[in-house]
Amino acid sequence: MITVGFERTVEDAREWIEAAHPTHPSLIDTTWMVADLYNVLNVPTVFWIDETGSLVRPGETAFGSNVFQEFTGVDATLHHAVLRAWVRGDTPPPKREAMRAYQDLPSVADQQARAEFSLGRWLWEHEMADAAVPHFAAGERLAPDQWTIWRGSMRMQGLDPMGGPEFMQKMTAYIERGGRMRKIIPD
Amino acid sequence: MGTHRFTVIQADGAVQVDAEVDAPQRSVRLRADAVQQSLGWERKDQGLCRGDVCIPSRSLEGIEGDDGRFDLHRLVELLERPLAVDIDANAAFVGVGASDRAARLARFEAPDFALPDLEGRVHSLAEHRGKKVFLATWASW
Repeated sequence: MITVGFERTVEDAREWIEAAHPTHPSLIDTTWMVADLYNVLNVPTVFWIDETGSLVRPGETAFGSNVFQEFTGVDATLHHAVLRAWVRGDTPPPKREAMRAYQDLPSVADQQARAEFSLGRWLWEHEMADAAVPHFAAGERLAPDQWTIWRGSMRMQGLDPMGGPEFMQKMTAYIERGGRMRKIIPD
Repeated sequence: MGTHRFTVIQADGAVQVDAEVDAPQRSVRLRADAVQQSLGWERKDQGLCRGDVCIPSRSLEGIEGDDGRFDLHRLVELLERPLAVDIDANAAFVGVGASDRAARLARFEAPDFALPDLEGRVHSLAEHRGKKVFLATWASW
């Protein structure tokens, strides 16, 4: 198991990782590199990778526990069960033809949005936080489904991503637009 | 219009080069040596080359000016890569194009990456080749 946290700085990630006492590599991605490589749109998104370095299933939403079950409506233990069965070799990997339907492939707009976000993030890191804001906004406009951009940039814009007024407003707009909340691959 | 130190940023780092920047026109023009230094494409007789790949000179019309400078927007567009520019900050980010990214994911490839842990120790996905890996992304936001 490898975890990757999308955080502004290593220090932003520290309290969370230290509290979890992980025994697996627990990595910090301050440039959202893995989001770009794997077309991650929101967190948590998980990937199963086999011994040859191939994706077994497309990226999907899965939770570590049922702490948020009331909010998400997702029973985390269902994913854990199919994951364990695959890891132990009790069940064969799913057929690629069947999995292809669940693949999210990035569009030109998705990658343009990531370029805007990445420029914003670089400006923020180089103490040009004000200059960063329009680039985050451009990224959000280009790819409104990328929570990794609209929510992931909020702290860099001095906004509260955990329930502040800006968050609530963006979240309401997202739901009204019919935006996808999570991606569940049925088993 | 004037010559500025201009930062070209990519996923693997940032390079500073001289650029002719026309802020009202939002144009950024780089000499061939700056293109090579920042993007890795070298101007040769036959065209703009990187490794074994060459973009023939005839395809550079409208991208390469008579003064030998390359228009950054048009060049990156030709390369089918996304570009974000901050003309006031003299900085641009050049990303990876959708077709490149989509092709790898469509082949069910798990792209390699290397990232640090809290202690600064760098781990790569490739180190785990031969084992099943559950890769979980998270954030505190």
